Amino acid sequence: MSSIGLVVAVVVLGVGTYCFRVAGPLLRSRITLSKDVERLMEVAAVVLLTALVATATLVDGHGFAGFARLGGVAVGGLLAWRRAPFVLVVVAAAATTAVLRLLGVP
Amino acid sequence: MRSVWRTLQARLGPELARDIALVCLADGIVGLSFGAITVGSGLPLWLPMLMSVVVFAGAAQFLFVGIVAAGGNLVAAVAAGLLVNARHLPFGFAVADLLSGRRSRSLVGSHVMIDESVAFALSQRGTGRSRVAFWGCGLALFVCWNLGVLLGAFGGTAISNTDAFGLDAAFPAVLLALVLPSLRDKSTRRAALAGAAIALATSPFLAAGLPVLLGLVGMLALGRRRSE
Repeated sequence: MSSIGLVVAVVVLGVGTYCFRVAGPLLRSRITLSKDVERLMEVAAVVLLTALVATATLVDGHGFAGFARLGGVAVGGLLAWRRAPFVLVVVAAAATTAVLRLLGVP
Repeated sequence: MRSVWRTLQARLGPELARDIALVCLADGIVGLSFGAITVGSGLPLWLPMLMSVVVFAGAAQFLFVGIVAAGGNLVAAVAAGLLVNARHLPFGFAVADLLSGRRSRSLVGSHVMIDESVAFALSQRGTGRSRVAFWGCGLALFVCWNLGVLLGAFGGTAISNTDAFGLDAAFPAVLLALVLPSLRDKSTRRAALAGAAIALATSPFLAAGLPVLLGLVGMLALGRRRSE
């Protein structure tokens, strides 16, 4: 594989990604949106992030990501639900998954 | 370094600064593994570093490198990466307000728009707090991610399997903790759960990235309230 091809590919991916990122902020300065539409945009971001949480927890490739990861996120989610400090949520999630794997849980 | 930390702490408040620092640490270690895995699979040393500066999106970077390392075609790798990153388009509209002001500010801020910085912004009340959270998280993560990738690319395979530390569970846990406050609103929760269900149901069949985007269809679950 040629280095030039690889550089071009990375730059195309980078520029494309940047276009996705910058479109909203640039267009937003030209148009005024109603409060309702603004609120919808925020809900859309929450919906996307929640969908991301679901897939990042349960899916690896096209299959099930395994019980160890699910167990960790579940413990973290429960702690977050009980309004535990953020640091505890994240550390408990990672630690639970690590321990489950140590115990041989897939 | 210490004075940078103090300034950040002063702007963000000790709690937010600590939370962001933890996410930076976790993502830095994942960056370490990205650098090590990429170089370890026979790809050039500069590739992970260039990608992390230019693309700056973990999932797309791993996917791209996975396809290229397996001998896949470059066009397919770029297309796969773009598909995974397409969610930044709706993210951009959600956080556009936080990046308003000078044009240079929106241009720079857009580049540090990632799942974590968007989630941190949404978790804060008020535009001022959200703006500080977005910038604090985005810039700090940019530095830590690139530092991690640099060390991993040179340092080799010291930490190539972050799964052993459960870091693959840390990423969804971080996002979950940050969106939970928004999910306390009933109609938002309905839309989000519908979106998650759609994403999960389509994951076995569709290319990575598409299921999450399709999750936006869950917004239809909001519909009723507006006509009431």
